[in-house]
Amino acid sequence: MPLIDPNDPPGADRGEEAPWHRAKELQKRLYEGGFAGICFPREYGGLGLPIEYQKAFDAESRNYEMPMILNTPTFTICCATILDTGTEDQKRRHISAAIRGEEILVQLLSEPSGGSDLAGVITRADRVGDKWVINGAKTWSTSAFAADYGLLLARSDWDVPKHEGLTMFLVPINSPGITLRRIKQVNGSVEFCEEFFDNVELGDDAVIGEVNNGWHVASRQLYHERRAVGGGSEFASGTGAEGKTDVPVSFSALLEAIGRPNDTRLQEMAGRALVHRAVKEQLIGHVYHGVNDGSLPPAAGSIIRINHSETIQLEMDTALAITGSAGVVEGVEGLLRVGERYLSRQSASLGGGTTEIARNIIGERILGFPREYAADRGVPFKEVKRGRS
Amino acid sequence: MTEADSPERLLFASTAQAFLEKEVPLRRVRELHEAGVSFDPEWWRRAAELGWTSLLVPEELGGGSVSGNGVEDLAAIAELAGKTVAPGPLHPVSVVLAGLVDAGGHESVIEALVSGEAVASWAVYEPGKPWTPMTSTVTATPTASGFRLDGVKDRVEAGAESAFVLVVAQSGGVLRQFLVPTDAPGVSVDPQRSVDLVKHYARIGFGGVEVDESAAVGSPEQTPALIERQSQIAMVLQCAEVVGVLDTVVDFTIQWAFDRHSFGRPLASYQALKHRFADLKMYLEACRATTRAATAAVSNRDRAAEVAVSVAKSYVGERAPGMIQDCVQLHGGIGVTWEHDLHLYLRRVTLYRSMFGTPEDHNLRVYALTKDLESAS
Repeated sequence: MPLIDPNDPPGADRGEEAPWHRAKELQKRLYEGGFAGICFPREYGGLGLPIEYQKAFDAESRNYEMPMILNTPTFTICCATILDTGTEDQKRRHISAAIRGEEILVQLLSEPSGGSDLAGVITRADRVGDKWVINGAKTWSTSAFAADYGLLLARSDWDVPKHEGLTMFLVPINSPGITLRRIKQVNGSVEFCEEFFDNVELGDDAVIGEVNNGWHVASRQLYHERRAVGGGSEFASGTGAEGKTDVPVSFSALLEAIGRPNDTRLQEMAGRALVHRAVKEQLIGHVYHGVNDGSLPPAAGSIIRINHSETIQLEMDTALAITGSAGVVEGVEGLLRVGERYLSRQSASLGGGTTEIARNIIGERILGFPREYAADRGVPFKEVKRGRS
Repeated sequence: MTEADSPERLLFASTAQAFLEKEVPLRRVRELHEAGVSFDPEWWRRAAELGWTSLLVPEELGGGSVSGNGVEDLAAIAELAGKTVAPGPLHPVSVVLAGLVDAGGHESVIEALVSGEAVASWAVYEPGKPWTPMTSTVTATPTASGFRLDGVKDRVEAGAESAFVLVVAQSGGVLRQFLVPTDAPGVSVDPQRSVDLVKHYARIGFGGVEVDESAAVGSPEQTPALIERQSQIAMVLQCAEVVGVLDTVVDFTIQWAFDRHSFGRPLASYQALKHRFADLKMYLEACRATTRAATAAVSNRDRAAEVAVSVAKSYVGERAPGMIQDCVQLHGGIGVTWEHDLHLYLRRVTLYRSMFGTPEDHNLRVYALTKDLESAS
């Protein structure tokens, strides 16, 4: 693997094509070298080793270029979920293809009509003959343009309550009938996609888990996603930033850049952000061990999730405050980026489920508070009121 | 932490907890306050018998810890003490013992402290000055037989109850520490009130106090490391005790949310309140995480202990008072009454927020230490 400076890694913008080709190439090399899929079972192309081996490899690989963008969602969420819920054939085909660097997988979950209420998806899967026919739209799919397959949650039965009529499919992204569009974000990123499904035909072999039991599969995805976002997945390989834009802010470099390295007021603000950054990392380890030893319930992943976005908010607010006008009007080399990053600050509080939903989860599933009232509970989905979308 | 689960540690902790619950429940804390007493020395001797003062002391000096990890055992005691905002000189005695043990010598004082017969405290703050342990205006002037101490220290915890103080002084521009009996001629002790019900402090004056050469604790070369170690122990104990406070208060406030009804439904069913409780839970776990990390670093004498302790002290200090105030708010009017126990907890965490460095002080330290790390890499 090529050597890199971990503080200045090569750009790996998820919105561009080239980094994905590069990642597949790097993954192939890892596989050929016998270091791919360390924690995946041997029968599916992995090494079948415990997490300590992955951690040791992470430490060793820190200064080398790694296919970091394949970790999430391909390995930590999609392959992990297929491992939990897929058929023997699906596991053998897709997990090993991903480990060999031949397949990229994504999640097709959120829909234009709503994100937080995931079980309320309205993309249809209709049984026609011995085929499934998919119609609808998905959105906020990370890097779907680069993917080979997507885990798609669709409604296969409208006569039962919302959680009971869902089925998960593994759909080839190049299937006839799929139209893909890039979403441009405030910060200019085009990594997310929106997909339209017009009479896309799938066979029974595309079903992951059981028909009408798709919520179970989706729940595994959400579980793996929360762990992955917090940095607690054994299926991630490599450590450190994904690319240039993912490197944490160096506050001392900001103070230098604006020519006020000895300003104690700014140093104190920066110090506070560094404290919160350090605690964020400590909390990840604490929750990971807490869930493992049973002192915290699995839903505690939501604690990491909120703390992650709160820390990012504090860091971005602090960077904006420190740079002052240099962060909003070009002048000092590189500082306009601080203002631009700030504009998409809320991404971290929205992606992977909003922090509001995460707070409900903590309240209801960790503290045991009564569930929020839901008008659709126990009601056949076709009778549930929907907004105009 | 696997050590936390060892049977010895669990037994030690459950004994300490039973002792605290029986001997110094909140009712007792209120009684002590009304009597104007900080703690009962006889009670402290019994706490010492349970091993609370032995934890940082090696076996050959009469100490020892059940798990072999004294700092973590001590932090466990501090956390339990937080559950009932216990009185007693656990912090000052532990800090002085940490210094004496690392410095070497002073065996008889160590013995007296371990047995609980005597109490000692660290005299490090000076009137009107913030937390700057590595500077001192108290002077130690060499004499024929030792040193003469002049100057004033303040915010000395349990100063009026202490038989000895460990004084930070400068001697010819070099930082030193001295163990001084509080009954030595020239020592004056003036009590200082605090916001806490039972934590008492004192201003201690040194007017030409003559001490023997042997009163010095550690060599000039050792002194900065000793002061750093003492600071680290003080901060870890504070953070651990605050975690005990937060755990207890968040817990009984959650119970309150289940029990208290308004508009025909429990408070726990309101989303606006649910989200506030979610934040309390998140901050509680974060305080626990950073305190454990700091405790482990100090226990292992990691190079990173310095920054880990400041991170924990800043974070816990920033969060804790606001969290308890939130719990007051969630309780409603009862929360601001003298009768309700919330203020006992609020007092302790408010005191600790600002003692041994404010979050703001520690933020500056974390910035400086991180910058050093960055430029070193």
